[in-house]
Amino acid sequence: MNRMSFFVPLAIFIVIISVGFVGFRLGDRDVLPSPLIGKPFPGFSAPRLEREDVLVDQSVLTGRPLLVNVWATWCPTCKAEHAFLETLKQREGLEIVGIVYKDDPAAAQRWLDLYGDPYSFNLQDRDGRLGVELGVYGAPESFLLDAAGNIVYKRVGDVNERVWAEELAPRLQQMQSTHREAAGS
Amino acid sequence: MSVELGHFAIILAFVLALAMALLGLGSRNRLLAGSALVLPFLVVGQFVFSALAFGLLMLAFAEDNFSVRYVAQHSNSLLPTAYKLSATWGGHEGSFLLWVLIMAGWMLAVSLRSAHLPQQFRHNVIGVMALMNVGFLAFLIFTSNPFARNVPFVPTDGADLNPLLQDFGLIIHPPMLYTGYVGFSVAFAFAIAALISGRLDTAWARWSRPWTNTAWAFLTVGIALGSWWAYYELGWGGWWFWDPVENASFMPWLAGTALVHSLAATEKRGVFKSWTLLLAIVAFSLSLLGAFIVRSGVLTSVHAFAVDPERGVFILTFLLLVVGGSFTLYGVRAWQLKSRSVFTWFSRDSFILQNNIIFVVALAVVLLGTLLPLGYEGVTGDKLSVGKPYFNLFFVPLMLLLSALLVMAPLLNWKRTDAQRLRERLRWPLLIAGVVGVAASITLLDGFNVPRIAAVIAVVLAAGITASHVFDLGRKLRQGHRPSLGYAGMFVAHLGFAMSVTGVALTVELSSEKDLAMSPGTEVEQYGRTIRFVSVEEAQGPNYVAQVGHFVVHEDGRDIALQPEKRRYAAGGNLMTEAAIDAGFFRDIYISLGEPIEAGGWAVRVHIKPFVRWIWFGAVIMALGGGLAILDRRYQRVRIRSSVPAGMAGAA
Repeated sequence: MNRMSFFVPLAIFIVIISVGFVGFRLGDRDVLPSPLIGKPFPGFSAPRLEREDVLVDQSVLTGRPLLVNVWATWCPTCKAEHAFLETLKQREGLEIVGIVYKDDPAAAQRWLDLYGDPYSFNLQDRDGRLGVELGVYGAPESFLLDAAGNIVYKRVGDVNERVWAEELAPRLQQMQSTHREAAGS
Repeated sequence: MSVELGHFAIILAFVLALAMALLGLGSRNRLLAGSALVLPFLVVGQFVFSALAFGLLMLAFAEDNFSVRYVAQHSNSLLPTAYKLSATWGGHEGSFLLWVLIMAGWMLAVSLRSAHLPQQFRHNVIGVMALMNVGFLAFLIFTSNPFARNVPFVPTDGADLNPLLQDFGLIIHPPMLYTGYVGFSVAFAFAIAALISGRLDTAWARWSRPWTNTAWAFLTVGIALGSWWAYYELGWGGWWFWDPVENASFMPWLAGTALVHSLAATEKRGVFKSWTLLLAIVAFSLSLLGAFIVRSGVLTSVHAFAVDPERGVFILTFLLLVVGGSFTLYGVRAWQLKSRSVFTWFSRDSFILQNNIIFVVALAVVLLGTLLPLGYEGVTGDKLSVGKPYFNLFFVPLMLLLSALLVMAPLLNWKRTDAQRLRERLRWPLLIAGVVGVAASITLLDGFNVPRIAAVIAVVLAAGITASHVFDLGRKLRQGHRPSLGYAGMFVAHLGFAMSVTGVALTVELSSEKDLAMSPGTEVEQYGRTIRFVSVEEAQGPNYVAQVGHFVVHEDGRDIALQPEKRRYAAGGNLMTEAAIDAGFFRDIYISLGEPIEAGGWAVRVHIKPFVRWIWFGAVIMALGGGLAILDRRYQRVRIRSSVPAGMAGAA
């Protein structure tokens, strides 16, 4: 056998490891590409948590930039995230709309009474149908919407100080400046 | 205090590992040669300190010491004591400490049982293993310290152990799996030591065979346990998902199985020398790759708890150095190996070669199916899912081919087998397989259904394997041969394989799986059994509240009560499906409770799974075979002879 043929395993390994390396570099799980980015929030008709008899649709999400937060009482990370949402509302004046995902409305209401309510209002998604439309992997997930109701950014996992500083704040700023330009012209 | 002691112990183990790597690999250097004699003591020291660290971490769990971050993250004061203790390896840091402890254990075993090896070679083996453990310990200390404290704020209670892991199967699954994974480091160290020292005869194959068999047997049991656990705990009744994490353990197994066979050929006949060396390197490299896949979070999956780039980079670098280094060494040295040998198509040598080809192709299929989605995502940014159809497309024909070869395997001689004699020996086994084939065709075939036909072929081949092995044993006994334990090991392992093949074929083809909407008080018919949904009641567990479904299955004139549960764990609020299974040798009845639906109804999953146990029984029997082979006299004799000059070798 040719002496060089004993280097074949090394060559194969180098190929595999480079593929692994490329995949690893792109493996940042924060950036899950969502086909919804840049598209309007999907159409829906859902009852509000606070008033079950009122059905609302996607039009309630337009008119101002806001954060749609998918949460549930069965989700431990939502608990961890909750306090920061309160902070966002108080400190930054960001409007947050909740989607109670696959959860019991009474339990959700109890949770809000107990831990405070950072949400302007909540929508119910008991059977998870809206979650399917939104491509929800698991709670919590958050969607940043512009005033026209288009999805600008999607976050899988909790929203925290870092996500606010690096992802949400710059996008909101940009929205405001475009808005101002539009108003000025 | 004991926590800091544990931290200190792993640092000491790290220092000892460094010293051993230096002394063991540098023992040709005249300055170090004398000091290499202390290696056995350092090996003991490393094991003692690793065990101490592990014991102290366990103590922190037992004492609910939530000032330790790892304990706070993986335990809870409500957790039953057994699970508190097993939570020690329920998360990333602790399970890696277990990995390190097992590595130290293997080194201790090798050190105690290697007195018969040439001194230089023995030092190199310990040196290579120590070098690996330097990497593992550095990873543990610098990126995954289980002893890190939660200061200044100590939580009042822990976040709880993942409910999926609060289970007997998962208590023993990781230790078994790790013992297998890490065990391949022994064969690896022997191979590297052979390459370094230039002792490229077949002696290293003989020395490493029992170690490889042991590691392989543990890995086999570990994988079977994982599959069994997934079956009863994940709540959807599957037993293998081609999940990246499962593949991560399956790949070393495939390489290890090839290695176990080629080692036999290399030892007995001196063939495939360089190939066997390569397999030894590959089997351990795949174990490291497995660790990389599971621990880096490169591939997301239900099993991958740790998503931390720092760790990923560390393991990737380590993998790069170890595997790249080994393959380079192989490229530089292995050409010197010359296997001069002639064998014919129908010989044991040839069949071992064919076995190896099949296993390596199977390995390539799994490797591609696991890494391709990653590469695709890297290049295009889209996710690609390679699922069951891909794996089945390759695995079914490969395993059928392997089974067909295995029917003839025990009847073959080394080098060449007389065709006339082979025909004679095959007559009865083929007749029996034929009878089974007719019976299976009549009962199972329905029209031209390819999977069904494949299942029938699998059953026929399994019958053929069993028959040919049994007849071969019968002939040996009649001729007055007393088969060796090595032969017994092969016999048992091959029958285990036939059993697993039968189980897989019949379960896949004959299972009846129904997802129904049922209300309490209703009945459903399935496979001639009546399943009655009696009621759902609430029950309180030690750390969860459960909805318990009461079912009665009426089968062959008797009633079987089954109680699947839907649990909500107090600490994390996690929902868990606890399936109820009536296990039998020939069939399992599997009921799990899904989600509540309208009007008091429930989504209920009712499966009847024939022969599903055979898959795991078969695997355990395979492992048993591996264990029997280790006890063969040939290895015992080495040990007895070596017990005397052990001291002399040290003094020399």
